[in-house]
Amino acid sequence: MSRRFTPKVVTANHLLEGDSVWLTVDDRWTRNMAEAELIEDEAHAQIRLLMAESQPNVVVGAYLADARRGPRGPEPIHFREVFRTRGPSNHAHGKQVEVGNV
Amino acid sequence: MYEYSEFDTAFVRERVAQFRAQVERRIDGALTEDEFKPLRLMNGLYLQLHAYMLRVAVPYGTLDPAKMRQLAHIAERWDKGYGHFTTRQNIQFNWPRLRDVPDMLDALADVGMHAIQTSGNTIRNVTSDHFAGAAADEIADPRPFAELIRQWSTDHPEFQFLPRKFKVAVTGSPNDRAVIKSHDIGLRMLRKGDEIGFEVVLGGGLGRTPMIAKVIRDFLPVADLLPYLESIVSVYNQLGRRDNKFKARVKITVHEHGIDRIRELVEAEFALRRSTFGGADQQILREIEARFRRPTLRDGRPADAYEASRAADPVFRAWADTNLVAHRHPDHAIVTISLKAHGATPGDASADQMRVMADLAEEFGHDELRVSHEQNIVLPHVHKADLPAVHARLAAAGLGTANIGLVSDIIACPGMDYCALATARSIPIAQQIATRFDELKLEHDIGPIKLKISGCINACGHHHVGHIGILGLDRAGVENYQITLGGDGTEAASIGERTGPGFPADEIVGAVERLIGAYLKHRESAEETFLETYRRLGMAPFKEALYGDERQRNAA
Ligand code: HEM
Ligand code: SF4
Repeated sequence: MSRRFTPKVVTANHLLEGDSVWLTVDDRWTRNMAEAELIEDEAHAQIRLLMAESQPNVVVGAYLADARRGPRGPEPIHFREVFRTRGPSNHAHGKQVEVGNV
Repeated sequence: MYEYSEFDTAFVRERVAQFRAQVERRIDGALTEDEFKPLRLMNGLYLQLHAYMLRVAVPYGTLDPAKMRQLAHIAERWDKGYGHFTTRQNIQFNWPRLRDVPDMLDALADVGMHAIQTSGNTIRNVTSDHFAGAAADEIADPRPFAELIRQWSTDHPEFQFLPRKFKVAVTGSPNDRAVIKSHDIGLRMLRKGDEIGFEVVLGGGLGRTPMIAKVIRDFLPVADLLPYLESIVSVYNQLGRRDNKFKARVKITVHEHGIDRIRELVEAEFALRRSTFGGADQQILREIEARFRRPTLRDGRPADAYEASRAADPVFRAWADTNLVAHRHPDHAIVTISLKAHGATPGDASADQMRVMADLAEEFGHDELRVSHEQNIVLPHVHKADLPAVHARLAAAGLGTANIGLVSDIIACPGMDYCALATARSIPIAQQIATRFDELKLEHDIGPIKLKISGCINACGHHHVGHIGILGLDRAGVENYQITLGGDGTEAASIGERTGPGFPADEIVGAVERLIGAYLKHRESAEETFLETYRRLGMAPFKEALYGDERQRNAA
């Protein structure tokens, strides 16, 4: 019995800033998860992860995170990934207040 | 305050220069993350959920105004204008950029501070009581002993490859304020006739297998300290398990062999080692003692202003009742500054607040500040006549909260708002609980209680020793909070017991409120504390408050 593959995004921390970034279709790293590539195929996910891991001078700790298709692009599923798109809940710091991220 | 020697300063500068080069090499690609990670961790730099985090050591939790002002400067120049004081008596900056970290380290070195982390399976930093050198109940200042142990264990050839890391805590009074029973070795100072010595406890620890340390020696004369500690570590070095990281801590060794067997082995070892020390250690102790500056407290200045303010100002009186502790000098007091304003993040202080605290230490506090393991700041030596002025300045800076030891004086680890290892958030839970009890205006009536929250099983928030402990977990993709009751981190230490199923985030505040309600209903008098009521009645009434009547539950 084959399980259905949960769509993924490739995500990591930026080497210089340390903040969360996501891999786009055109091989950029974005700070807005909605712009990330939503990967719906397992083999493709592995290829994209390898691609991320081959950029150790740009990002740290790349991994595949579960995601789903939303109206504006990929959305996080697990609460940890939700927090990574926003920043901490105790201060208005991080992505929730940074430009380019609505 | 302990003065750094020339050697230490040169060493710290050299380490910063090395790290600057390592950061450059990481950025230009010469170092991989696998190569760089151990180097950055050694320099206190962690990669968290949203950013890097720099953890700055505060040896013995002791700061002076110059250091505190420099922390404020670093917070403004390279971070977001605040710092976070932790239960490990250090400060963390949550938003440094990789390129800026070497400059931050240089700025620290300018005031004799560093972020170097002890690592490896050696004897780790030795901690002591945050009221050291000031408390009325103190027998002797524990810090020189802590420093003696640190110097002796650093580079001790026999102990560089212990089965696991090893932490020691020392308290200078019979009342334990250093949570010594959750350390590998705890030393509690006692007096026996004219002699000073230590009760030695072994094998405590929190984390995933919490254990309370057991007494291995009920009285160890001060002069025997190092040979005895060396004997313990030597026995551990032989018996400790190296096959399994999770079973390697001395708490497991004690658990597996029994404290009586360990005691026999240690005493046999001690009989051999004792004579080899020959008093050199006592000479070093005296030198260390001479290097701890102690304030010259003024006698004879009247403290009437204090009593007058107490009588006239109920806000001042409430603060004095909760935030002051008796000083060994009767005209002085130990002030604890609460970093737990209701609804704020436990342990956070803004740069401006740091400067206010530095100014107060300078004007009224003999240049001393301490970081307590309960995430507050202590002014250890304030003359009582100055307390009204100190309180007024604190209050104006948002630092006047009168809640030390009360339900809103919550210890919370960073949890999933910052920490990459977390399974749930802790800070917002602390904020909501504090806000709720402030609304209820009940906390002074509830009285002393320790509420502690961790965001994962590593237990950085010490939830196991909270009277009420809260552990945040991930239950099938939802934050869930497990409650433990009856933990205690003092000399009567105990590990809290689980109440039952956990609660989702939006129910945990109500659950804590029901627990407190049960306590208020069942306590024999206002003098009986939450912990005493729990110890008298056990879990049943609290379980009922949390989960409802058992019969109803079965019927449901
Ligand atoms: C946010 C970054 C942090 C990380 C990644 C972290 C990680 C850990 C880990 C993995 C352990 C278990 C160590 C072991 O047993 O080998 C630990 C223990 C501990 N942490 Fe943290 N921690 C962090 C922050 C804090 C903070 C902010 C505090 C103070 C509030 C703290 C206080 C402690 C204490 C006291 C222990 C020892 C508990 C024991 O006795 O077992 N940690 N930490
Ligand atoms: S207890 Fe867990 S979540 Fe909290 S700081 Fe420690 S490692 Fe992070």
